[in-house]
Amino acid sequence: MSAQAGHGASVRIEACGKTFADGTRALEPATLEIARGETLVLLGPSGCGKTTMLRIIAGLELPDAGGRVLFDGKDMTAVPIERRNVGMVFQSYALFPNMSVSDNIGYGLKIRGVPEKERAARVAELVALTNISGLENRRIDQLSGGQRQRVALARAVAIRPGILLLDEPLTALDAALRDRLRGELNRLLRALGITTIYVTHDQSEAMELGDRVVVMQKGKIAQIGTPREIYFTPNSRFVAEFIGAANIVEAAIENGHLVLPGGRQPIDGDANISAAVAMIRPETIRVLAAESAPLSGVIDSVSFIGDRQRLVVSGVSNRSLTVDAPNTVRAKSGERIGLSISPDAVRLLPPER
Amino acid sequence: MSHRSFVWLCLLPLAAVTVAFFLLPMARLVVTGAEGPQGLAGYLAILTEPRYRATLLNTVLLATATTIVTLIVATVAGMFLQRHRFPGRAILIAMLTFPLAFPGVVVGFMIILLAGRQGLIGDFSNRVLGEKLVFAYSIYGLFLGYLYFSIPRVILTIMAAVQKLDTGLEEAARSLGASPWAVQRDVVLPALAPAFVASGAIAFATAMGAFGTAFTLATNIDVLPMLIYTEFTLAANFSVSAALSVGLGIITWLILALARSFSGSAVAAAG
Amino acid sequence: MRDRLIFIGQFIFTLLVAGFLVVPAILSISAGVTVNYFRGIQSGVTLQWVAQVWELYAGTILLSFVVAFATLAATLVTGVPAAYALHVRGGRLSRIVEEIITLPLAIPGLAIALALLLTYGGFGDFRRSWLFILVGHVIFTMPFMVRSVMAVFATVDIKTLDEGAASLGASPWRRFRDVIVPNALPGILAGSLMVVTLSLGEFNLTWMLHTPLTKTLPIGLADSYASMRLEVASAYTLIFFVMIIPLLVAMQLFAEKEQKR
Repeated sequence: MSAQAGHGASVRIEACGKTFADGTRALEPATLEIARGETLVLLGPSGCGKTTMLRIIAGLELPDAGGRVLFDGKDMTAVPIERRNVGMVFQSYALFPNMSVSDNIGYGLKIRGVPEKERAARVAELVALTNISGLENRRIDQLSGGQRQRVALARAVAIRPGILLLDEPLTALDAALRDRLRGELNRLLRALGITTIYVTHDQSEAMELGDRVVVMQKGKIAQIGTPREIYFTPNSRFVAEFIGAANIVEAAIENGHLVLPGGRQPIDGDANISAAVAMIRPETIRVLAAESAPLSGVIDSVSFIGDRQRLVVSGVSNRSLTVDAPNTVRAKSGERIGLSISPDAVRLLPPER
Repeated sequence: MSHRSFVWLCLLPLAAVTVAFFLLPMARLVVTGAEGPQGLAGYLAILTEPRYRATLLNTVLLATATTIVTLIVATVAGMFLQRHRFPGRAILIAMLTFPLAFPGVVVGFMIILLAGRQGLIGDFSNRVLGEKLVFAYSIYGLFLGYLYFSIPRVILTIMAAVQKLDTGLEEAARSLGASPWAVQRDVVLPALAPAFVASGAIAFATAMGAFGTAFTLATNIDVLPMLIYTEFTLAANFSVSAALSVGLGIITWLILALARSFSGSAVAAAG
Repeated sequence: MRDRLIFIGQFIFTLLVAGFLVVPAILSISAGVTVNYFRGIQSGVTLQWVAQVWELYAGTILLSFVVAFATLAATLVTGVPAAYALHVRGGRLSRIVEEIITLPLAIPGLAIALALLLTYGGFGDFRRSWLFILVGHVIFTMPFMVRSVMAVFATVDIKTLDEGAASLGASPWRRFRDVIVPNALPGILAGSLMVVTLSLGEFNLTWMLHTPLTKTLPIGLADSYASMRLEVASAYTLIFFVMIIPLLVAMQLFAEKEQKR
């Protein structure tokens, strides 16, 4: 095992599509490679096919004919989940109500015939790792949501799986707990260094946890890239709008400038096209005095958010522009303000197919 | 073994038992019904033969009366018990539901004790009117027996339905100025409609097919199950009794299936 | 004032209904221990009728228990795995199978008994043994077991638990043993109570299927109602109550416990 590669197996899925018995196409044939030790996040709105893809990798779902799933180059397509050596955390956690916390964590080891003493040691190790000391003998219905999540994770990891699969593991929790556990999960995944595939519809989870993120839409892969690539250089309007806040601006192009109602905005790159759809992130727009700025518009509304304030400005582009300004800027609705945007913050999107 | 084949294996014993001891015999029953001297027309005899037709009509009327009276009685009592808390309520509920598991024969005996030759009612009327009132062995006794049988079941269903009612709806209606009577009529009773249909269908189907009570009470009440029984055992008229049972089965199944499609919940006849 | 009157009216009505149901049962119990029912309780209290019933009908009581527990065993062995399969598999076929096995609830027992007689009546040894009654009881009670277990599966999300155990490496049989059956236990218990209670009281099918040598308790009851003096019939009914009421109470308590969970 090479030093930078981490633990676990590498995964390759080839032309895996899924059509359900009732004819619905949950997943278009997709090919994807996940390196050993990598954390890959499948991100998308509900019904985009991300869970189907995870279930195909897990072995809970068979891909349509022609699709293949390979672990470390070995074809696993026909192997059922119980012989794939994967660890899986389910959205509802699927903890066994008829077993205690430690019996849940040790169940996979028991199945593998690990002697009781060794099993107890491994369970204790995981109880410590996931911070649930003192709960070992509790019944599942005596645990809080956060505790259940940790038990589910400990149970999945206990068997030293080749691949860790997580299906929306934080979705069942409330917002504050979700934020805290996200950080904890991140540290734990880095410490384990195991190949991980993580399904979520929450873009901040994807950003924080993923080495790479696969954005999915309507059963297709929309974009694959690092969180930064996905955020700053989305390749479609869908990705731009799904990840973070985005202004989508349609404009004609003249001499390397977007021609807007509120002024001319310089852009990077070759401008051999006469019109374009551009994406501008709200936090990349600077607020200036109206007279000295290249763009100007009128403030429609100001919402104070705390660490910043969000302005909605009309008259700059074909639709109103959202601007995140520092909380020190004085702004009132009805005022005319100036805006400036760095050329490299304007991302031209390819025309929609 | 794959999960798929395991699931099939799980289903296998049930499938074997059901095919061998239910589907096959039922098929045989249907075939036998058409093996009489009239052939397939034997099935029409239920409607064309005056004696059978009268019995069918009799049975339907009795089942209808049972259903209506049971629904009224159970709704009044069930609503009362679910809406009020008072000492002794639990005992009252227990009293109303304990005959739930009585087989038809026992119900028949209960009616004999009430309205039979040595019955309570006869005793009472003898003292008050000087005349012994005995009706256990007539169609009225059977009617009383079916009431005895159906009331506990229907009360339980109605009570469960009343409990699930959203009291917010009633409060909303009252806030809009509806009188208590109007609230019952416009909000409560419509909300209970699925429970009425479901439990009414069960009461009806059960009354159509019940055999034990009729068997205990008497020999000369003309209801369909008794007719089937006498045709089979006394007249050894296999094809007629088979045709009649198929007809009876179709009627009860149809009633329950219709009720289920309307009320959306599981509906099944009892004992 | 008006509310009070309505309350009292409803209360009296409910009381009358309860009386209609309970009074005959009390009459029957008292008749069973009265020396002479015609003369009333003044004639003295006795257990002679109960003893006489035991002498005459002990066999029927025993056979009823044998049939009831055999029915329970058969519905457990065939019904519980089937409930699991139907739940996990889902889809149209499962719904059709469920529909077919619940048909015996919608079809009068008399019709089912006739069907069994016409099909298997010719197999003399089978026809004469209590197994013939058992078959009828299994068909009649099966839907209660299957449905009661399936109802639990629907509330505990058994499919995901099954997948969870599979992801940890457990084979299908292991999963069934370690996860599915333990979590279906409330449904299995409720179904078992139901099956035993129904089997003990079953008459419609049993009357057609029994022979003079295979009489169950309800058959004996019908027999005593027709041919014995009222005190004996009552004492016999009393024995039946003693058997069936604990089961009913257990079922009620169980339902309440489940509701609270």
